[in-house]
Amino acid sequence: MASTVTTVVEEEKVGTIAMTIDGKEVQATKGSTVLEAALAAGVYIPTLCYDPDLTPYGACRLCIVEIEGMRGLPTSCTTVATDGMVVHTETPAVNQARRVAMELIMANHHGDCLTCAKNQQCELQKIARYLNIEQEHFDRLRKSTQFLPVDTGHPAFIRDPNKCILCGKCVRACHEIAGVGAIDIAFRGYAAKVSTMGDKPIVESMCESCGECLARCPTGSLLPKRTIQPTREVKTICPYCGVGCSVYLGIRGNEIVSVRGDEESPVNQGGLCVKGRFGFDFINHPNRLTKPLIREDGYGKNIEVDGNFREVFREASWDEALELVASKLTHIKESYGPDSLGVLSSAKFTNEENFVVQKFARAVLGTNNVDHCARLCHASTVVAALAAFGDGAMSNSIADFAKADLLFVIGSNTTECHPIIGRIIRQKMESGETTLIVADPRNIDLARRAMVHLRHKPGTDVALLNAIMHVIIEEGLHDKEFIAKRTEGFEELAATVKRYTPKMAEKITGVPQADIVRAARLFAKADRAAILYGMGITQHTTGTDNVKSLANLLMLTGNIGREGTGFSPLRGQNNVQGACDMGALPNVYPGYQRVNVAENRAKFESAWGTTLSETPGITVTEMVDAVHKGKIKAMYMIGENPIMSEPYMSHVKQALQQLEFLVVQDIFPTETAFLADVILPAAAFAEKDGTYTNTERRVQKMCQAVEPPGEARPDWQIISELSGKMGYPLGYQNTAEIMEEIASLTPIYGGIHHDRLDSYGLQWPCYDELDPGTPMLHVDKFTRGLGKFHAVEYQPPAESVSESYPLILTTGRVLEHWHTGTMSRRSEVLDKLNPNGVIDIHPEDAFKLGITDGDLITIASERGKIEAPVRVTDKSSPGLAFMAFHWHESPANALTNPVLDPVAKIPEFKVSAVRAVLSVLDRASQDNEFFAKLAENPAEALKEYKLSDEEKAAIMSGDVRKIESWVGKLDNRLKEWLIARLSQEKW
Amino acid sequence: MPFKDIKKEAIAQWEATQNSPNPRILLGMGTCGIAAGAGDILEALKLELEKAGIQAEIIQVGCIGLCYAEPLMEVVKPGMPSVFYGNQQPELIPDIVQDYLVGNNPRPDLALGTRGENTLEGVPQLFELPVLKPQVRIALRNCGNIDPTSIHQYIANGGYQGLINALKIKPQEVIDEVKSSGLRGRGGAGFPTGIKWQFCHDAPGKTKYIICNADEGDPGAFMDRALLEGDPHAVLEGFLIGAYAIGASEGYIYIRAEYPLAIHRLKVALQQMRECGLLGERIMDSSFKFDIKIKEGAGAFVCGEETAMIASIEGNRGMPRPRPPFPAQSGLWGKPTNINNVETWANVSAILQRGADWYAGYGTEKSKGTKTFSLVGKVERTGLIEVPMGITLREIIYGIGGGVAEGKDFKAVQTGGPSGGCLPASLLDTPVDYESLTAAGAIMGSGGMVVMDDSTCMVDVARYFLTFTQVESCGKCIMCRLGTKQMLDILEDITSGRGKDGDIELLLELGGAVKDGSLCALGGTSPNPVLTTIRYFREEYEAHISERYCPALSCKSLVTYRIDPEKCKGCGICARACPAAAIQGGKREVHVIDQSQCTRCGTCLNVCPPKFGAVTVASGKPAGILSETVVAGEKV
Repeated sequence: MASTVTTVVEEEKVGTIAMTIDGKEVQATKGSTVLEAALAAGVYIPTLCYDPDLTPYGACRLCIVEIEGMRGLPTSCTTVATDGMVVHTETPAVNQARRVAMELIMANHHGDCLTCAKNQQCELQKIARYLNIEQEHFDRLRKSTQFLPVDTGHPAFIRDPNKCILCGKCVRACHEIAGVGAIDIAFRGYAAKVSTMGDKPIVESMCESCGECLARCPTGSLLPKRTIQPTREVKTICPYCGVGCSVYLGIRGNEIVSVRGDEESPVNQGGLCVKGRFGFDFINHPNRLTKPLIREDGYGKNIEVDGNFREVFREASWDEALELVASKLTHIKESYGPDSLGVLSSAKFTNEENFVVQKFARAVLGTNNVDHCARLCHASTVVAALAAFGDGAMSNSIADFAKADLLFVIGSNTTECHPIIGRIIRQKMESGETTLIVADPRNIDLARRAMVHLRHKPGTDVALLNAIMHVIIEEGLHDKEFIAKRTEGFEELAATVKRYTPKMAEKITGVPQADIVRAARLFAKADRAAILYGMGITQHTTGTDNVKSLANLLMLTGNIGREGTGFSPLRGQNNVQGACDMGALPNVYPGYQRVNVAENRAKFESAWGTTLSETPGITVTEMVDAVHKGKIKAMYMIGENPIMSEPYMSHVKQALQQLEFLVVQDIFPTETAFLADVILPAAAFAEKDGTYTNTERRVQKMCQAVEPPGEARPDWQIISELSGKMGYPLGYQNTAEIMEEIASLTPIYGGIHHDRLDSYGLQWPCYDELDPGTPMLHVDKFTRGLGKFHAVEYQPPAESVSESYPLILTTGRVLEHWHTGTMSRRSEVLDKLNPNGVIDIHPEDAFKLGITDGDLITIASERGKIEAPVRVTDKSSPGLAFMAFHWHESPANALTNPVLDPVAKIPEFKVSAVRAVLSVLDRASQDNEFFAKLAENPAEALKEYKLSDEEKAAIMSGDVRKIESWVGKLDNRLKEWLIARLSQEKW
Repeated sequence: MPFKDIKKEAIAQWEATQNSPNPRILLGMGTCGIAAGAGDILEALKLELEKAGIQAEIIQVGCIGLCYAEPLMEVVKPGMPSVFYGNQQPELIPDIVQDYLVGNNPRPDLALGTRGENTLEGVPQLFELPVLKPQVRIALRNCGNIDPTSIHQYIANGGYQGLINALKIKPQEVIDEVKSSGLRGRGGAGFPTGIKWQFCHDAPGKTKYIICNADEGDPGAFMDRALLEGDPHAVLEGFLIGAYAIGASEGYIYIRAEYPLAIHRLKVALQQMRECGLLGERIMDSSFKFDIKIKEGAGAFVCGEETAMIASIEGNRGMPRPRPPFPAQSGLWGKPTNINNVETWANVSAILQRGADWYAGYGTEKSKGTKTFSLVGKVERTGLIEVPMGITLREIIYGIGGGVAEGKDFKAVQTGGPSGGCLPASLLDTPVDYESLTAAGAIMGSGGMVVMDDSTCMVDVARYFLTFTQVESCGKCIMCRLGTKQMLDILEDITSGRGKDGDIELLLELGGAVKDGSLCALGGTSPNPVLTTIRYFREEYEAHISERYCPALSCKSLVTYRIDPEKCKGCGICARACPAAAIQGGKREVHVIDQSQCTRCGTCLNVCPPKFGAVTVASGKPAGILSETVVAGEKV
């Protein structure tokens, strides 16, 4: 759709032209349409199908005008304005045609305006008024008698085709903005309507529920189910992923009743994904924590709390709760030393709060044992990029993706995990201007759009990347000038990758050598290439090496420090970049100033008026082991849910049960909170102000929209009060004051103050008041001076398949949910859209295991097992299972491997050896040893057990009835399975 | 093999066939012929020839255009007259084989005409028949004469000489040649082809596309199908010439999937071209390279519109988009694109073969050359015809067509398909050229020509055509989607007796708005049948509205069938034939039609023996007063 119309919008819009509109001399931007020129000149022309974000469509026929020297009535939305053009927007002919068009629509329009939720915001209504259409005008026309069924199945919105005027905005938004194409106009003539594939309900289509259609519908045809009108709007930042979309929350009373994207935002330009548009209702969820809670005596931590939460915890006053926390922490600190305490800060709350929390840990508790969940996502990025470039963050800006000639997406399911960035990639692919290479073991959405899909085995990234670099160097495609001027260590790299021939890499990675060569050539020959990556790269024992390899590839081809190029770790949580920047890490103060450097320590000691520990603390993942070893006795966890997010769930749970004292500060009673001694109710994102730093280092201001429920308070206030109770009053009056202190101590935030953060925010480094921020790092010089190549050898993942665990499980996320589901699972719309965790298995494996789509299966690793329905899909590869980790009912992290990257201490979430069986089979096998053997290896069972000839015959012929008479009644699905299994056996 | 040698071989083969001592039988095997039963004829021929032990070559040729005479075959016996036999039936084949091929009796009683030097007493020369004499066959030059599955036969008859001529000169000179031929687009709008090419040629860009529009969708039109089935290479040669002229190296043929035989013939032809070095790199050893893809349409009429066709080829829903930009600037995949229809391309190859001056010798000052029409409807001789521009409607209908069928009176002729207009008898002397037809309110269109007799209700005709355009509207623009629906609703009201005062004015107003306000030509021309019928047959509309009277006695809601008790003999034929069982009456009793059961199908009127003439049909209000009465078998 886009390609045929693009020339209208792609005309160079440089310079101005002079034209006359309705007798008025006006200036217009060259290349703009007559409609754009008129609107810019303040001349209103009615339209129903025009939208500045979409390609001109010319369907509603309302924007017609007369242009001197031009035949007929051209549509102003599609006619390019030219110098000297004379336009008349309101002639008798124009008005007559407009009137007829409007009358035709209205004669065909269903609905009573008074009860339509779009009343007074309806474009159709406005234009009818503008054109002075009166009842008698269209009474002479035949009225529509057609009634089409209304699609009400979507949890968030209703599609009423009877109010549709076929302006095509929804269709174009779905194609051009979302890049999805879930809807199109179907059927012909009067029967034409907006339809999904096969005219099924929208929930059964490929719709991603981003609501871009909803936001653009001019009538009541697409309406949210919640249609309460807000009385005011507050601009803030979306609390989900690291993209950092700017949103306007519509408030009525103390409730968020609507959400819309901020069109001014350089990040999302008004766009939102399903979470941003429909996922904020968690704020009003009845489970919100509203009062401090203290664990009642006599309830051990090994009991299941879920059901009897209110019984186990009693409500307390803030004073009582904080007194208890203060005294316990003081006591433990005094008894075992400050390093017996551990603090988990949060990537979900503000920079100011992260700053306060790490200050509390360091200055009040006296330990550097403070960390947060960045450890689990991009710790390896920070370590590797600091080593290669001197900076651990994304080098360029999100807007740069649109400027690249080639995008290399590796280990990132961008369209699901960072939908707004994924959308930019889709749009670029649609326009045909960008080449896309995807490296991912799964056949993700972007892989389908890629020129080359490198479907490598999980954990073989270094081999793959080394082979790509091998080809580039062999063919002399590397950027010799850049390497000579800007980098060091090339020789070592060249020597190492020399051994990684595509042939060798094919053996390790499973990627055909021809594809490796093709990808290498495409990448090297692109003028501007950018790499985007996510957890697929970082969550490995070789995570640091993986990231170093990406840095190598960028430097090798000179793709850094220029527009449209760069190093782009896509950060997972809304403020994970900020939490790192604020020093919620065990080894650095805010701004990555190392704690074991004396002058840094001295600076902070003098600022905070206390002595600080010189020993770097331990990481989240190490803390779990430290608890097991008895080194850590108490923990303070804020906005983190390690039970769900850490690998090896049972191990983590045991650790937390073992703690002498655990404080959990959160907005909901999480799985982790059930193990707490004290639970403190915190305010959610819309209930406080502060700043978030998004994945492109943009510090953005968020504003309070509603009051927190009950006695919940912003985290910084809770910590401040606690700190005071522990004898160290922090004394902050507001978050702006905290930011002042951050700026004074953190050079890269030196110029960041709340009053400077308008709708664009500021990208760090921003050293002083006059610094406009830094959209691009490493322009002429790397932060560390010369960029450093690291020669890296391939190391296999820690765990590989075995006979008992023949599948590799890799984990990730899905579009509708986020992190441990604390928020998204409590959003009605999000949870309805994706209520169950499913396990993806390739059809080949499913066939081997006798599993069919939708079966409940048990998936087990050495560390635990879970049950979930299976989805048989070629999105997975043979031998690969995939599951997201959002569902507490089937927590994927019960299975994952806690083995760590030796430097970054990030666990290898992406590779765990597992086995999958039908759940009914698993249960039956537990109950019956003979049956277990029979299911696993029928021929062996026959040999091992003493069986009569009759029994043997029954087994060999698959006589399940008889088998049931020995092993007990079998589930129907299991009977089917067993018959299939026995018939496959070669006796 | 160099093309020179291929040509030599082709000519040698052709001459060998022509001079063969064995008889040849050319059998019309276009879709029309096959539908009329040519398949059975073919089987019968094979059987009889084998039985008689005759070595004869059967050549399956395309349609020669005499639809009324299908199945049609030509028997060529060396030294004897070449005889055409029309309306063949398998039972006649043994006679013809025995009498003419075994014996020497060409059966003048069965013959339609002859061809060539040897004539036959009492049988006219085929091309001297009134149906063929006024015709000039340029686009259809080979149809019915050569085997469409043989590139060699095409080459032997001057084929690809046009391409050779084109490749000898510069692309601009080819464009100039086409310009001076005066050729205008045969798809309907009549835009000068050379100028269209010039736009695309001059558009900046390295990659350009060329498209052959074979999405013939007008009801009743089959010119392009016949041409592709009968002589695909004539089209493809023109297509190559066009590609060379505008600088395209890739072309698409967008053809209806409902034309399986044409698609098959095209595929065969493309394969042959490849084998002869006429596709791919270095065509005819020049630097010209070109390749063709076939894109089968999914049956949407609107995809004949250029921008919708482009969208469809791109894989999107076929919906037109506003112009500018024109396809010549930004067409397929955003590249400069030129689209012409099948017939235009067939003319291009002829022009380059024989020269622009020769071509411009036919037609009128502004409309040069010839135009094919599918002449259908209530005309004596239906068929596919090709006539020089400027011929009058009367010459076509009465000369070529032999007048209105069944001796009825002429009422109107509809040209230009569903977007065309209906012209009355008073305009029968209108010359057929772009300007004259447009001035009369109709259009040339792609070449549908439907003749209507006085049993046709003009309001109903307008309703019929509007039903088609409404159903085929892509739904994008309001005027077309809702305007035509509104007009159709009104027409349905009128034809079913619910018309209101002011409806004619409303139709005119809406028609004007739809015409001026639609996005593409489908919408813009869709009111034409309504507007022209109001213009020329307004009194019929008025009769329907104010008197509930259908002058043609055709609108079911407005007519009543009755049995005259005085004339009814009680034979029971009508009662037995009535599909609704609405007629009651015992043997030798007067029969009565139960009006509540009657579906007004007219069966009783048709079956009542003319000698009784007891069934009558009447229309008008108030009910019972018969404004006009038609008795079975005759007109009162």
